[in-house]
Amino acid sequence: MAGEERIYPVVPPTPGSEPYWEGANAGKLMLSHCKSCNKSFYYPRGACPMCLSTDVEWREAKGTGTIYTYSVMRPAKPVYVIAYVTLDEGPSMMTNIVDCDPAAVKIGQKVKVVFKPREDGTKIACFTPA
Amino acid sequence: MSTKGKAYIVGAYEHPTRKAPDKSLAQLHAEVAKGAIEDAGLSKDAIDGYFCAAGDPPGLGGNSFADYMGLRLKHIDTTDTGGSSYLLHVGHAAQAIAAGKCNIALVTLAGRPRSEGVQTGTNPRLGNTNQPDLQFEFPYGPATANMYAMCAMRHMHQYGTTAEQLAWVKVAASHHAQYNPHAMLPKVVTVEDVVNSPMVDDPLHRLDCCVISDGGGALIITKPEIAKSLKRPLVKVIGTGEAVKHQMGGQDLDLTFSAGRWSGKRAFEEAGVKHKDIKYASIYDSFTITVVMQLEDLGFCEVGQGGKFVSDGNLISGIGKLPFNTDGGGLCNNHPGNRGGMTKVIEAVRQLRGEAHPKVQVPNCDIALAHGTGGSLGTRHVGATVIMERE
Repeated sequence: MAGEERIYPVVPPTPGSEPYWEGANAGKLMLSHCKSCNKSFYYPRGACPMCLSTDVEWREAKGTGTIYTYSVMRPAKPVYVIAYVTLDEGPSMMTNIVDCDPAAVKIGQKVKVVFKPREDGTKIACFTPA
Repeated sequence: MSTKGKAYIVGAYEHPTRKAPDKSLAQLHAEVAKGAIEDAGLSKDAIDGYFCAAGDPPGLGGNSFADYMGLRLKHIDTTDTGGSSYLLHVGHAAQAIAAGKCNIALVTLAGRPRSEGVQTGTNPRLGNTNQPDLQFEFPYGPATANMYAMCAMRHMHQYGTTAEQLAWVKVAASHHAQYNPHAMLPKVVTVEDVVNSPMVDDPLHRLDCCVISDGGGALIITKPEIAKSLKRPLVKVIGTGEAVKHQMGGQDLDLTFSAGRWSGKRAFEEAGVKHKDIKYASIYDSFTITVVMQLEDLGFCEVGQGGKFVSDGNLISGIGKLPFNTDGGGLCNNHPGNRGGMTKVIEAVRQLRGEAHPKVQVPNCDIALAHGTGGSLGTRHVGATVIMERE
């Protein structure tokens, strides 16, 4: 995807999710972590989907993972690669695979987080081949 | 409490339009309601239960449509799970009827995405920002097609499913659509036509995707005593099931199966029938991969073998072992309002009544299944299964 890049839309955060977006803007991928069942999860939320504990804290992810699946959105301009990446911490997240040839993306590929600009100049987490 | 045999589908109507620029959404709801009521041989005043999906009409849609159509109701249910809503409504109506909450239920669906220029599959649509997942997903551009494409990509990776196998689903649907005068895509296509059509979202081609159409449909569901007093063939609801599938905070991501794995089991258990008893199946076909996954989930073949199962015309009426979507389905006929559940029930009712097109009518069709999912197989969805028997 040399040249043209997506500029990511801004969706207003909901109350409680601000630390995720502040983290992204500072180059950190933040996960929710349940202190009751000791598991991290994504997307972030204030109640653990496994046990409904509200004793949830923010933890920075290493930012590394593996492509679970993907698709190349060809009608879009610019073309983009949507994917699910399974993070090394366990949870999987929807993202885009960027800074690479879409035709070279593969399931099982190792990727690392990279932060891309949103419309308002803040940043969002994407992934690129490691 | 089982609702097996407690309710009958006595009216079914599919709007013939596929493009309705000059009709309001409410008008389409009224027209399909009228069609189903007349099909049943009833009058409007007999309706005392109403089911629609809150997402079809804006705002408090059920309230507005009851008003628009002048319905006097004892029971209203606007459960919205997307395209599967109308399959759930059959089960919910059976429950309400069995509990004595209403006697004659009307279910309506209408939509006009074609006239409104909605690029359903390829343009991500921003929902309500209170939807908790939205801020974490919408920016990445999830449209309908690329979500299902990610399912297909993983299914191919994990089970060796091929583009040609997926194409057979479209081929079968097109064989049926050629006999439907209302079908949007009545031309018979080949596997080559599908795999050579433009790639939309790898690995899904243009012909792997369903149509975008205006229109709608409606059902009338009632209790046994009333059903038996009418002149229509008796279509009895013998099993229903529903299930929700999501990702448990990203811990349970598995895009190779759907909620049909659970809703189907529930419906089969209640009905007390086996897969070999099902003579016809309506399977929601938003994309070819949707059918392959759901056939596996419902247990018509082994997990991972859906591609092989659908190949070589196995879904074509008169040729294959499991005739499916004999109206041409969403892939070729109609996908009103981007919601396929309603037309799935309607064609199953036609088959059980012996009123499908003679070229696609399944002989001695006594037991049929209709199944669908609403939401997205790529994120979170609700599956619903209905098993019906001709009495």
